[in-house]
Amino acid sequence: MSETQWQLEQDGDKLVLRFAGSWLLGGTAPAAESLLARLDGSVAALVLDMSGVTHWDSLLASTVLRLQRHCEERGIRCDASRLPEGLTAMLALANAVPAEPAAREGLLGWGASILLVLRQVWLSATRALGFTGEVLLSLWRLLGRRAHCRARDFWFFVGQNGPAALGIISLVSVLAGVILAYLGAVQLKQFGAQVYVANLVSIGMTREMGALMAGIIMAGRTGAAYAAQLATMQANEEVDALNVMGINPVDFLVLPRLLALVLVLPLLTLYADVLGMVGGALIAGTMDIGLTQYIVQTQASISLQSLADGLWKSLVFAWLIAQAGCYCGLQSGRSSTDVGIATTRAVVSSLVAIIIADSLLNVLYDRLGI
Amino acid sequence: MDAPVHVQVEGLTLGYGERVVLRDIHFAIRRSEVYVVMGGSGCGKSTLLRSMIGLLTPLAGRIAYSGRDYFAAGDDEQRAIRRHWGVLFQGSALFSAMTLAENVALPLQMYTRLGERAIRDVVEYKLALVGLAGFGDYLPAELSGGMQKRAGLARALALDPDILFFDEPSAGLDPLSARRLDELILRIRDTLGSTIVIVTHELASIFAIADRCLFLDAAARSMLDEGPPSALRDHSPHAQVRTFLNHGIPLRSLQQSHATLIPAMPEAPESNP
Repeated sequence: MSETQWQLEQDGDKLVLRFAGSWLLGGTAPAAESLLARLDGSVAALVLDMSGVTHWDSLLASTVLRLQRHCEERGIRCDASRLPEGLTAMLALANAVPAEPAAREGLLGWGASILLVLRQVWLSATRALGFTGEVLLSLWRLLGRRAHCRARDFWFFVGQNGPAALGIISLVSVLAGVILAYLGAVQLKQFGAQVYVANLVSIGMTREMGALMAGIIMAGRTGAAYAAQLATMQANEEVDALNVMGINPVDFLVLPRLLALVLVLPLLTLYADVLGMVGGALIAGTMDIGLTQYIVQTQASISLQSLADGLWKSLVFAWLIAQAGCYCGLQSGRSSTDVGIATTRAVVSSLVAIIIADSLLNVLYDRLGI
Repeated sequence: MDAPVHVQVEGLTLGYGERVVLRDIHFAIRRSEVYVVMGGSGCGKSTLLRSMIGLLTPLAGRIAYSGRDYFAAGDDEQRAIRRHWGVLFQGSALFSAMTLAENVALPLQMYTRLGERAIRDVVEYKLALVGLAGFGDYLPAELSGGMQKRAGLARALALDPDILFFDEPSAGLDPLSARRLDELILRIRDTLGSTIVIVTHELASIFAIADRCLFLDAAARSMLDEGPPSALRDHSPHAQVRTFLNHGIPLRSLQQSHATLIPAMPEAPESNP
């Protein structure tokens, strides 16, 4: 099939390439490699003969263009005077602007690559630290009433992060309470001490699970949203527009988001604490522990201190989530892929940050004897 | 002008939900014609184009390509019709995660059975056609607006379309680049015989390339007139059309040679009520 589309003939010191049949994008193209291999330095001239071509479109044009370039590189004279009229015009158009020399750098050796990665890590670490500083400066300006931010943005994000998240927080924290209760019940039953399930659930929720669960949900929900919003604004040059207007993007975009989450997450944590205990009570009910007994036991075990422990944690988590989300969003590139990368990075880094901060805070609480 | 009718639009009413943007649109575009849709801002030019490229289902009326009603056709037939279209969007709409070569290669990979090497040759040829030879490995974000536009054109040209749609092709281009693009459009029409539909309000382009044009009006929410641009400029019964097209002439010569026209011209309403 493909061999019928062209034929190479020797004519003195010239080669004549006869094209035939139809050359359409919807059809097939002959493999050019063997033909191009014959066009080496020993050939003086190549003549293109198109008299046999019945139909043609860009497929023929692109083939001729490649042949011309090939001949040009090897100093072969390419006689393309006998082309269809339209084709000559199109090729002239294609050759009107000289090709851009390959501007791409080659691949680096692996030693250099490692250095480059290390440098990248160092740069991103310092940049993240710098961003924390910017946020603190921006807070300082807010205290002095000099920050460019709007209360309505703040309340908008409070609404987005708080009431809108209650459904999923309810579900997850009731189930967390259920899990804690089962976990404890099985162990405590061995000592006939099922009633202490209430202690386990209330302390577990207030000190640890309430803040952690709320934090993880908000990292996936709000942190991702922050990153996606800011990355899209970055891609759309909206952040540049703010800068040009003299409005500090950190003041205008980051502060309301950060403060809204810092306000809302402790409240959500309190809510999660309560619902976790409700979940524990449900399980306790199935184990012959009366509701009154459960409540009394919970009242005895819970302390303001353990509630405060959880709330401090949630404050730290809120800051970490908001900062990771905003930072990844603002650092984003300008393409659609970059928005996806920014969002992924925000969620992953805020989750990692939450877990690390939680462990550190537990160690700290222990050292302080709380 | 004896070429067969390529695009036939009849009794077209367009709108979003309850809001009607355009009604009673009817025109026919012949094969290999350069047809310009023009009008002030907010007159529904882009809405008409969106409908012609199948993105907006009309509230009433039909759009037929070579006699086949697009919106009445089944999925397979619609796809078959669309395969012969090339569209250059206003913002180029290049896929930002792909290089230029990958952008241009995509329709070839999807619609032809050509091998990798043949596709690469075609891609290089298309990029050379629009003056971007050697830029295949660049990402769209690394190029200037004019280059992105030309790359978008290369992608639109990938399959040698029968009909090419342009949404504001010269928007955001300097006059020289805009002129080069106009020349390119004409050259493509002459060599490939494609039908060209352009939405624009650039007078220089309209007079340079249009065979016929359609004038849409925001106040009337319909078409006012249709015909070759110079005929519309001189003889249109609608003052708005003449005003619009006359703004292409330097004001000074307008005052001298068309002085009689000016008192008769009311202000053209430019925006949507």
